[in-house]
Amino acid sequence: MTDTAFPTSASLAAAETLESPARRAWRRLIRRKGAVLGLAVIALFILLAVFAPLIVPYDPIATSWSLVRKAPSAQHWFGTDELGRDVLARVVYGARASLLAGVISVGIALAIGVPLGLVAGYRGGFIDALISRITDAMLACPFLILAIALAAFLGPSLGNAMIAIGVSATPIFIRLTRGQVMSVKVEDYVEAARAMGNPRWRIALVHILPNILPALLVQATLSIAAAIIAEAALSFLGLGQQPPAPSWGSMLNAAQRFLTSAPWMAIWPGLAIFLVVLSFNLVGDGLRDALDPKAR
Amino acid sequence: MLNFLAKRLVQIVPTLFFVSVLIFSLQHLLPGDPALVMAGEERDPAVIAQIRAQYHLDQPIPVQYVYWIKGVLSGDFGESLRNKMPVLELIAQKLPVTLQLAAMAIAIAFLIGIPAGIVSAVKKGTAWDYGANLFALWGISTPNFWLGIMLIFLFSIELGWLPASGYVPLTENWRASLAATIMPAFVLGNAIAAILMRHTRSAMLQVLESDYVRAARAKGLSERTVILKHAMRNALTPIITLGALELGTLLSGAVLTEQIFSIPGFGKLIVDAVFNRDYAVVQGVVLTTATIYITLNLIADIAYILVNPRLRG
Repeated sequence: MTDTAFPTSASLAAAETLESPARRAWRRLIRRKGAVLGLAVIALFILLAVFAPLIVPYDPIATSWSLVRKAPSAQHWFGTDELGRDVLARVVYGARASLLAGVISVGIALAIGVPLGLVAGYRGGFIDALISRITDAMLACPFLILAIALAAFLGPSLGNAMIAIGVSATPIFIRLTRGQVMSVKVEDYVEAARAMGNPRWRIALVHILPNILPALLVQATLSIAAAIIAEAALSFLGLGQQPPAPSWGSMLNAAQRFLTSAPWMAIWPGLAIFLVVLSFNLVGDGLRDALDPKAR
Repeated sequence: MLNFLAKRLVQIVPTLFFVSVLIFSLQHLLPGDPALVMAGEERDPAVIAQIRAQYHLDQPIPVQYVYWIKGVLSGDFGESLRNKMPVLELIAQKLPVTLQLAAMAIAIAFLIGIPAGIVSAVKKGTAWDYGANLFALWGISTPNFWLGIMLIFLFSIELGWLPASGYVPLTENWRASLAATIMPAFVLGNAIAAILMRHTRSAMLQVLESDYVRAARAKGLSERTVILKHAMRNALTPIITLGALELGTLLSGAVLTEQIFSIPGFGKLIVDAVFNRDYAVVQGVVLTTATIYITLNLIADIAYILVNPRLRG
């Protein structure tokens, strides 16, 4: 009876060891105010993107010559742009392009980078040297310059921008996965799995991959932030989302020409990029701390 | 040291080879026949045939690569379709502008990032530390093209203190040159300052807990001497080499910053080339950037060994 009312340190320690790693990481993540704030802002932007038609009463591509560059008002909270379109509606719909680009391009980078990193780190030898040199070559080209070059050659569209950003972000995941695999593959439990006669693919997928997931998760979160900025940059240059579809980057490009007469056109899309990127960075930092084995 | 240098140089060769393959492959991403794309509006079969022969597009791809790399190795990066100028000459013309911008940005990044990192580590857990960390988060999360636009709005349109765009060479009028480049340099330096701050903070925290710093304190040295003379020196060595490696961030940032401030540098060259479908220039710029990056990486590695006696061996 006393034991249930006043848990001893031994029972607490037992509870801690019984807790699954994912649950423990989540518990530690939500203790961090910055990460919780980041998660809340990301959730808000996801809701805005999904329910955009229910939230804003205006069509983001409907032009109106009587509403050209109107300052923020009760009818148009964020004002209107050079074609009389509602800036709030365009910011809300623009979240779709940005969030999609962030998630899909990092998905592409993970889909190519993780298998290559696993093979390089686990197999070693010639295949590792080959993959590593190709990775070095890609890392030698600055991320955005490579993405711009790829997008330029692929042709301007949101889909091609996602491919360009995803391919440009791939070497980071190859290098990270390779490094992680090399440190995990000498662990006793991997040796034991090998001694039991498990095939290589099974060891890599069942025994190694789950143990490198935390590092990949942190990098993926931080990469989404970088990918959202990259998509905005490509759209700003006219290589991403094509007009009249709304995108924060292309809105900033148009806003630059009307900075004197309509500064609100530049404030809101920029603020939206900043908030989403900041939130992903906060969650990424929080995840890194929450998943750090040394902090247990 | 010599062994290390030889090993590093040998490693560079395959990296450069793959960089060249990567850049050469770019032109094969063009949808359809590259000759037709290069010809642009021109649909004259004779012109298309001439382009095909000039770029050896009628040959197998490996042969095309050999022709291309031979040209590159002899300094022939092709000709700009728009300016009818050799690509290498164009790059040589634009690079100094970006280098001035980059040098100023690095100076700003060091001036902000390192003191902020040191203060944040020394005053860990105080308002200073939180302030510096917030600054770093802000720097990493702010898209530089938005920051540029906001600075133009504030300092050029509202206050009228600085020119909104344009470039004056340093040799022509240094005051006007600094006035024209200070905003773009700050925009570029801001993100690097944030990265440097984070690295300086963690390096300083590690050093401040080390035995020799404890010994320096035990000797009765003032906290100022301990930090400035003992801790900082060791913490900053890797940070300075890291600064050199941030060149990639700088060049990526320069693309958008030069576009916003209408600075005729390396970054604007690639954007203009992209819009004019001037593919030889795009390839030339990416190749030059990668070569500079690899060279700086090597220099940073050598510098790191030179300043760290334990690694000399």
